[in-house]
Amino acid sequence: MNAFFARRWLAVMIVLAIIPLTSCSQKDNAKDPNTVLVWHWMTDREEALEHLAADYQKAKGVHIQLELYAPSDAYATKVRAAAQTNTLPDIFSVLGESRDLASFINSGHIANLASAMEANKGAWKKQFFPKALATTAFSAGNQYKVTPGYYGVPIDVTNIQMLYNKDLFKKAGLNPEKPPKTWNEFLKDNQALKAAGLPGLVSGWGETWLIDCFANNYAFNLMGEQKVLDTFRGKVPYTDPDWLAVLGLFEQLRKEDALVSGVVTMVNKTAEQIFATGKAAFALNGSWCVNVYHGMNPDLNYGVMLPPAFSKKYPIKIWGGAGSSFMVNAQSSKLNKAIDFLQWLSAPEQQAYLSKETANLPANRQSLKEVPAVLAEFASQMDSTTHPTQWPVHEAPKVVEALDKGIQSILIGEKTPLQVADDVEAMKKSLAQNTSPQP
Amino acid sequence: MTWARFKDLFTTYLFVVPATILFLVFSLIPFMKVFQLSVFEWDGISTHMQFVGLQNFKNVLFHDLPWLISLRNAGVITLLALTFQNILALILAMIVDREIKGKNFYRVVFYLPPVLSGIVVGLVWNWIFDGSHGLLNHMLASLGHPGWARSWLADPKTALYGVAAIHMWKGFGWGFVILLAGLQAIPRELGEAARVDGAGEWYIFSRITVPLMLPVFFLVSILTILGTMQIYDIIISTTNGGPGYHTEVPITRILAAMLGSSQFGYACSLGIIFGVILLAVSMVQMRLSKWSAKYT
Amino acid sequence: MTTLTATPDRPENRFQLQLFLYRAKHYLRLSIAHAICLTVAAACVFPLMWMVSSSLKTQQTIFTDLGLWVAHPHWRNYYVAWTRGNFGEYFFNSLFYTAVVVGGVIITASMAAYAFSRLKFPGRNILFVIVISTMMIPIPGSFIALYVLLNKLGLINTRLGYILPQINGGLALGIFLLKTFFDKLPQDLEDAARIDGCNKFQVYLHVAMPLAKPAIAVLAVFNALAVWNEYLLANLVLSDPHLMPLQKGLMVFQGAYITEYPLLMAGITISIIPILTLYFLMQRYIVAGITAGAIKT
Repeated sequence: MNAFFARRWLAVMIVLAIIPLTSCSQKDNAKDPNTVLVWHWMTDREEALEHLAADYQKAKGVHIQLELYAPSDAYATKVRAAAQTNTLPDIFSVLGESRDLASFINSGHIANLASAMEANKGAWKKQFFPKALATTAFSAGNQYKVTPGYYGVPIDVTNIQMLYNKDLFKKAGLNPEKPPKTWNEFLKDNQALKAAGLPGLVSGWGETWLIDCFANNYAFNLMGEQKVLDTFRGKVPYTDPDWLAVLGLFEQLRKEDALVSGVVTMVNKTAEQIFATGKAAFALNGSWCVNVYHGMNPDLNYGVMLPPAFSKKYPIKIWGGAGSSFMVNAQSSKLNKAIDFLQWLSAPEQQAYLSKETANLPANRQSLKEVPAVLAEFASQMDSTTHPTQWPVHEAPKVVEALDKGIQSILIGEKTPLQVADDVEAMKKSLAQNTSPQP
Repeated sequence: MTWARFKDLFTTYLFVVPATILFLVFSLIPFMKVFQLSVFEWDGISTHMQFVGLQNFKNVLFHDLPWLISLRNAGVITLLALTFQNILALILAMIVDREIKGKNFYRVVFYLPPVLSGIVVGLVWNWIFDGSHGLLNHMLASLGHPGWARSWLADPKTALYGVAAIHMWKGFGWGFVILLAGLQAIPRELGEAARVDGAGEWYIFSRITVPLMLPVFFLVSILTILGTMQIYDIIISTTNGGPGYHTEVPITRILAAMLGSSQFGYACSLGIIFGVILLAVSMVQMRLSKWSAKYT
Repeated sequence: MTTLTATPDRPENRFQLQLFLYRAKHYLRLSIAHAICLTVAAACVFPLMWMVSSSLKTQQTIFTDLGLWVAHPHWRNYYVAWTRGNFGEYFFNSLFYTAVVVGGVIITASMAAYAFSRLKFPGRNILFVIVISTMMIPIPGSFIALYVLLNKLGLINTRLGYILPQINGGLALGIFLLKTFFDKLPQDLEDAARIDGCNKFQVYLHVAMPLAKPAIAVLAVFNALAVWNEYLLANLVLSDPHLMPLQKGLMVFQGAYITEYPLLMAGITISIIPILTLYFLMQRYIVAGITAGAIKT
């Protein structure tokens, strides 16, 4: 009986030895001078991209090979591993913050597309929303010492605003065409909703970047961009009254019971589920939500609104920019073919197609005409967006984490705004003392 | 060394050669690399690494409060698992061992939680613990305690215990299987002879079962400690480390350093310190195991 | 029914009272045992039932209709999941990888564990401690180092490159587990076999291995589960779609923004069937215990 097992596994091991010889790897394909290898993570868009790749092959005779690696964390790891071994594909993306993109650029992995963008009096550059290009561009005097230029080609844009459920508004006796424009109006509307037994705001605030977004929107609104950036530079402490006011807004949300239960540990997909099924009146989410809500509840009657401003001193700024961008491998032997493909991909016709198939906003301004109504509401705010990637200076990740987690503590009533401000400031000081000098 | 002795040693080494080669190539080399990286400051991308000596380790030990919190959290969950989860597994294994009706059904069913994918576990338990529409709150209300309802995974007092409950639910199947294997290895005659002699259940348990099962107990507890301290999937699919730092665990901290703040060297030093802690705990366990084996 | 009042046959009554109490205790214990088992079983089966019932709903109803019973089951979801997820090829790949890795772990780990347990050679203890200690030290960062290594060996995007690290992954636990079992092996059996003229390998194969069947079964299930659910390494090492395992197919339904829940649930249901089948087959060995007669001394 055991000899039987032993022989069986022996046979398997022999097969194992043979199989590698028979499985043809696609490395040969990638070395083909007429093939451009593209790595992406966008499962939702794979079909649309494959369709476009086939179109491109027909039009220009170049074979575009798409490889999908999802989810985005696994994709990011793969890209980093490939960077270590110099086996990056011709076209890929750097998911992460400007700091990481800068590192890739400085290590020689990403081509500077400035000359292609500026050619013909900036013909290519002008097609895009300026904010979309800014997401992956570096300007002179940036903190990472990257050569100024354009390093990514956006294929869609997005921005994050607030949504409100018109049906629930009607139920609470509120005017569905008049969403709150100021913070006080927002709190009053919440009280009306509570009186009608309806839940208020939902967002995936288990994901700290969304908390960061909301906090940042109001930081800009309260003290303006300059002061926020100065805080990052260390010139303004987090215990400043303006910052305390921002943190106080979250405390207000808790005191007014304006949040759906459990937002503090909720992922965005769950929050989307909750808003789509009509279990929340407000949501903080990005333009991608249109497609998501449609899939879960096509009859959802909702509208888009800016986060209600707290202060009149500065405008409320929402986060937005390129949704996804592609970078070109600087060491690729098919550099020009890759750039050609990306130029074609960002042209109005292809952008319109992508936008329609995936219900995302196109990066090309000229493709906006064919966008459905709700998405158009998102698009109208595209030029007044901001995003960390567009700022010349950034806060250290550990401080950002302390701030976001601190806000979570405020939301659960564990800490006061002053305590959190002290914690964040303490973290910032300890980092300044303990970091070894940057190269 | 005679030829016979050489041949004998040679064939003995052949037994360990395949494992050793695999180990050297796929464990030792990445291992060494991690040790090497821990004394550098590196973001995981650039070609330039800054040598910082033991700075990373100093930062871990003295300047990383979230890390200490994460260790404490993992420790709490591990203690809960060592006690509740394993006692439950033992009770169930003993029941199923005794020719109870439907034992085949139970044997398969108890192993379902480990088989289920993390996605399903996250979705279902998020629903059970949900604050507004969750099953647990629903059940509490129907049992007459609507006041006990809360958002279990978002409330700082219960988030960690909620996550621990999910982990124990998912993990007891393993303990159950291993303990059952161990129990089945105890010859029936010993227990039967004792019963015929008039021994009570507790006597049989403490004098026969426990001593024979000691090695298996230690095996299960080492595996529980190692597996629970490295808890990760459940946290990511339910609380993501929140609220605040209440459900952060060592692995989420290491990954935050690696991908979130791009401090690869620091992440490596976190990993090494964590590994040393686990190693120390396991060594203590193994000493205890050997010592108790001598006793029985 | 006899009463307990004084009657001439007192010992008989006492015996029947004792019998009654004994039976009552027995049934009480039995019902408590069943109650515990059933409650735990319900908690275990519930997510599975939710998963299956969700797989029969639609994207719109999956979170609104929360009941377990589905009035209009969409069986078509399974067909769609299979085709869109390209399950045919991925399924075969996963089966292949699982079989090879499990076989590899069992053979390699058992041989090494036997040597650590039963054979004497210089460096035995040190080697054992080193190998086991890697089990204790989790290194999340080692993925990238592993990739660099596989690249140097030319094993990127090959089946071998995907299989070998996983066999290695199962070694530490396998050696540990099997050594524990081999240690309990009675020496006389081995001696008897040696006297009969068996060499080391034959003793290992014909005496030690059969007695370690429960441990081997546990190891088989444990490693099969790990390989079957493995995803990160496949994503990192493999690029050819023809080499991808089943988990890759499931990713199709988990977009960056949209998760197609019913299809995903259908896909996951399909994917746990082989594992459950394996467990079902293996648990006979876990329970069979030691072959009768081997222990009689």
